[in-house]
Amino acid sequence: MIEYLKRHPEKVIGPLTEHIWLVLVTLVISLAIASFLTVLAMRSEKVSDLLNNIFSLVYSVPSLALFALLIPITGLGRTSAVIVLTLYNQYLLLRNFTTGLREADPVACEAAKGIGMTDMQILTRIRIPLARKAIFAGIRLAIVSTVGIATIAASINAGGLGILLFEGLRTMNIPKILWGSVLSAGMAVLLNAVLKMVEEKM
Amino acid sequence: MVQKIAEYIATHPQQLAEQIAAHIGISLFALFVAALIGIPCGCLAAKLQKGEAVITAPFEMLRVVPSLAVLILLIPIMGTGVPPAVTALMILAVPPVLLNTIVGFRTIPDFMIESARGIGMTESELFWRVKIPCALPMILAGLRTALVEVVASTTLAAKIGAGGLGEIIFTGLGLYRMDLLVLGGGLVAILSLASGWVFDILTRRMLRYKYV
Amino acid sequence: MPIIQYDNVCKKFDNSGRLAVDHVSAQIEKGEFITILGSSGCGKTTLLKLTNRLYDPDEGKVLVDGENIANVDPVALRRRLGYVIQQVGLFPHMTIRDNITVIPQLMKWDKKRMDERADELLTLVGLAPSEYRDRYPHQLSGGQQQRVGLARALVLDPEILLMDEPFGAIDAITRLNLQNEFMKIQEGLGKTILFVTHDINEAFKLGSRVMVMNEGKLLQFDTPAEIVKNPADSFVRSLIEAARSQEEFWENVR
Repeated sequence: MIEYLKRHPEKVIGPLTEHIWLVLVTLVISLAIASFLTVLAMRSEKVSDLLNNIFSLVYSVPSLALFALLIPITGLGRTSAVIVLTLYNQYLLLRNFTTGLREADPVACEAAKGIGMTDMQILTRIRIPLARKAIFAGIRLAIVSTVGIATIAASINAGGLGILLFEGLRTMNIPKILWGSVLSAGMAVLLNAVLKMVEEKM
Repeated sequence: MVQKIAEYIATHPQQLAEQIAAHIGISLFALFVAALIGIPCGCLAAKLQKGEAVITAPFEMLRVVPSLAVLILLIPIMGTGVPPAVTALMILAVPPVLLNTIVGFRTIPDFMIESARGIGMTESELFWRVKIPCALPMILAGLRTALVEVVASTTLAAKIGAGGLGEIIFTGLGLYRMDLLVLGGGLVAILSLASGWVFDILTRRMLRYKYV
Repeated sequence: MPIIQYDNVCKKFDNSGRLAVDHVSAQIEKGEFITILGSSGCGKTTLLKLTNRLYDPDEGKVLVDGENIANVDPVALRRRLGYVIQQVGLFPHMTIRDNITVIPQLMKWDKKRMDERADELLTLVGLAPSEYRDRYPHQLSGGQQQRVGLARALVLDPEILLMDEPFGAIDAITRLNLQNEFMKIQEGLGKTILFVTHDINEAFKLGSRVMVMNEGKLLQFDTPAEIVKNPADSFVRSLIEAARSQEEFWENVR
């Protein structure tokens, strides 16, 4: 296995870099959209329920199927991958964000309302700081989930560590398969552990 | 495109039926075994006073590992086909069931147990008639998560020769045929939504006391 | 022969410094309504749980009907006693009727007998059977749930009822009603009652005799009138004083 890396470093590093790119880009876009949707959801319980239902439906559809359905519209490649990954993340992020914000010390929030703070002020100055652990947990879950699903994105020409797995499978190249598994599993486990440690300290 | 899809269905009814059956069969079997392993083990683990973290930590870690990695990793060991697929699915499905079972038993209020003992239930009666019903909502939630995981991973397992609807999608990717992609993707989506829906209905029946 | 007897009973929990129940001796006669009064941690709940073997004593013995309960099968013992707790503990997944008849079901009574008994008890505790028997606990208020708890405790017609702060989690108005109704029910049933409470008014109102406990020790065991007239020590005296000053407050408000 080490031999393989020494002989073809670019074959391992390349997919790894692509994978990281996918995860980062997806994360940034997902957070932007989720933040916007969360603000909407906090305004109205109905909107919140609607969004939760839509995205939980999306989340329960296998990623390969969603990729397949999107290709006729957005084609093969990274665009489709990022769109699908972002959609999956919305379920995790929205669920954790809205639950965390809603459950953040209701007594304190009511007191804030009583002394004359606006909803927006309460949200930014009270709820978000109090809910930071739940918010961070949502982000952690989204990142780890993205790392996992991004492996499948290789099948639609989006690159990533899945390439090592699929090509390794095709040619029965064990070192390749091992690199693919170890790197993708390792990235997921490591990120989860590190982010969890940070989360505990919050 | 709709025409092409209709054509395909008309010309491959047998194959489609087999693939749907295989997909459902593999998923159900894996879920069943995961329940058989996860629930008793979770129940036992919940009884341990200490050392719970030692048991839950590896399963928490397993939950995080990409399913594709688990599937393909088994090939060098078990070859291709249904056995490695089902094994991988079991590995992926047990964690949510086990972890939820542990939480389910752990969150039974002490006074509920005291009440049952106090009115004269034996330990066995307490377990079957009070503890299990109280833990059931969480156990069912764990199975629900496992179900989604299993249906999704079965889709991928087509790549390692296990059959199922994933075959249509992979064929579509290989031959660059949009109609197959939409058909395969659509069927898998329908299957996962339908199985979730059926499970939710069963859950509501089992927990109907909550919805009165 | 006293129906319940405590002989120098002691109980210690591992993580605490002192005895939870400290050499308690007492005799209770059939048909008495005994209230056990004390603040948190005084050992009153522990003493109750020693009576149905949810705990076992470290020293001394507890006798029910003249028998040392250490030699009796705990499950059989508990089916001879009635047990009601503060949080009620109705099983959420069973209907009211099934909650009441849960032990008879385990004892394989026939259905008709169980249904009749459930209806009989629901009527006794003031809940219309046709309305309540098929409902679930979460559909009932706290007070209603506790009535069902009482019905469940009475299902095997035990001679002794153990009650651990049964009205503690209920609002003051409902509590008053429940106390009065319970006293009326008790007049009809004539059970021996052990009733734990931290409320001195409740203890003195309901009990024919009161056990005052503090820090595991039984300080005084007598009728309410006697306790007021001759408090056994400074702690008991301060209890009476506290109740008195409350009464004075209400007198002056008039």
